Amino acid sequence: MATTLKTVNLQLPAKTEDLAKLELGNVVYLTGRIYTAREGVYKRAVEDSFGLPAAPEELGFANFHCSPAATLNPDGSATVGAVTATASFRFAKWLDGWFKLSRCNLILGKGGMSSEIYKKHFVPNNAIYLTTVGYGTGALLGRGIRKVAATHWVNELGLAQAIWVLDVENFGPFLVDSDLAGNSLFERENAKIAPNIDKLYAGTKPATMRRYGETDDKTEEVI
Amino acid sequence: MISIAALQKTAEALMAKAAIEIPDDYLGGLRKCANTEKGDLSAFVIQAMLENYEAAKEDRRAMCGDTGVPRWYVKIGNDARNEGGPIALEAALRRATANATHDVPLRPNRVHPLWRTDHNNNCGIGAPEIEYAFHPDADWIELTTVHKGGLFGSDYRMLFPADGIDGIKRFYLDTLIQFGRRGLACQPAIVGIGLGGSKDICMVLGKQASCLRTVGSRNPDPKIAALEEELKEVGNNIGMGAMGFMGSSMVVDCHIEVSYCHTGGMPMSVHMFCLSSRRATARVHGDGRVEFRTDPVWFTDYMRRTTVEWEEPRREAAE
Repeated sequence: MATTLKTVNLQLPAKTEDLAKLELGNVVYLTGRIYTAREGVYKRAVEDSFGLPAAPEELGFANFHCSPAATLNPDGSATVGAVTATASFRFAKWLDGWFKLSRCNLILGKGGMSSEIYKKHFVPNNAIYLTTVGYGTGALLGRGIRKVAATHWVNELGLAQAIWVLDVENFGPFLVDSDLAGNSLFERENAKIAPNIDKLYAGTKPATMRRYGETDDKTEEVI
Repeated sequence: MISIAALQKTAEALMAKAAIEIPDDYLGGLRKCANTEKGDLSAFVIQAMLENYEAAKEDRRAMCGDTGVPRWYVKIGNDARNEGGPIALEAALRRATANATHDVPLRPNRVHPLWRTDHNNNCGIGAPEIEYAFHPDADWIELTTVHKGGLFGSDYRMLFPADGIDGIKRFYLDTLIQFGRRGLACQPAIVGIGLGGSKDICMVLGKQASCLRTVGSRNPDPKIAALEEELKEVGNNIGMGAMGFMGSSMVVDCHIEVSYCHTGGMPMSVHMFCLSSRRATARVHGDGRVEFRTDPVWFTDYMRRTTVEWEEPRREAAE
């Protein structure tokens, strides 16, 4: 894809020295093995203490927060259409246990997580976060899938929450959201946009009635 | 008499079209964003999406892996009758949803809210939703499917008459900024605003405004049309673009629909139809003819009628 942004092809499993070269906002394409795991898998593996259904070496070390638009055929083969990530901020509470179990050094998803989470959980594990683009380059990502290597927990969790182990080639695009120091591209962009926001509201007055949730003080009224 | 086979076959075709083919009106709107976007990251995102639509059409695969929560809007001509009546029609739409989930394939997103049971076919209690409307002097049935994302970008608030247009602008900005950060709303989006009605209708109306009107269409009330234009500008001047990166691509278009509400209130809802604005419509005639299109033409003079009895709008005399 034509762009002025720096573009990198990353071989999986990713070496720490290769991750160290990535900068926030770089475009990344992946080749190697990845696997999907979202809330169903995190809860079952970490919270319900089932562990992982296969060795990390078999699953790979890049966890994609997603589930594909896919069908399992009666003969066991799979038809995979499009794949798109789901928002990652919801998985923070399981991350400590997740990194210990999975030994992942790449997390792929939608929208990133906070730099606080990156510093607490990603940095000690030499892991970084890559965000999908759009969102919804599902067809482009679908093209990058060479093979469904395995599926796990389809009966336990259903097709959408199951683990799909995927062998991919030039799979992307992704953008680097966090680096090995735990900085976040999204937070950098938020900070650039923030100074303009007050101006947008200038001259208008707050709504007559506030809403529950605008304050954490349960004794306050909303009128 | 419209046959059930024709309705089901059409519904299956619509499911695939919605999932795979981005409507031309949204595509045109996004290309305009691409031409004006100065932010390098936001521009990259839009370029990637434009290539993604091409890939989806070439490969006949869903444009986005999160294929949303498929739903149906059915408009029934006053003189239309279908084989088996409304029960058979609903069964045909449920069968089409289940079949298309397997055949396209779509992601089986629909689960029980508590037990997370997944039938792997996007059907279950209350799923897919089917909404109905009617049309005078017609013998066709129109089917529209919308596959809207299900998690981020919508909000509701009870405003009051004293809050006025300022109150509308503030809540609009609140919603766009909060859901626009990190691109959770998958913008640039078609933003739909529901004003008025009861709380439930306010939400329904805002969703219909985002999903069932095409980019470039305007509310027939000139003052509301002007507010649509103004809010589009306001949204694109936040400083935020695709994925919440710096830029100017937030709102592909803004649509407002109104409904009479309680005299003391001004309820408002905001909805965002995303970079995969998936909708497809077909008109099925009694003689079996089927016409496909991407404009649902949901909001008609009849739908927006204000009088007790329905009267055709008076036409200017030909001379």
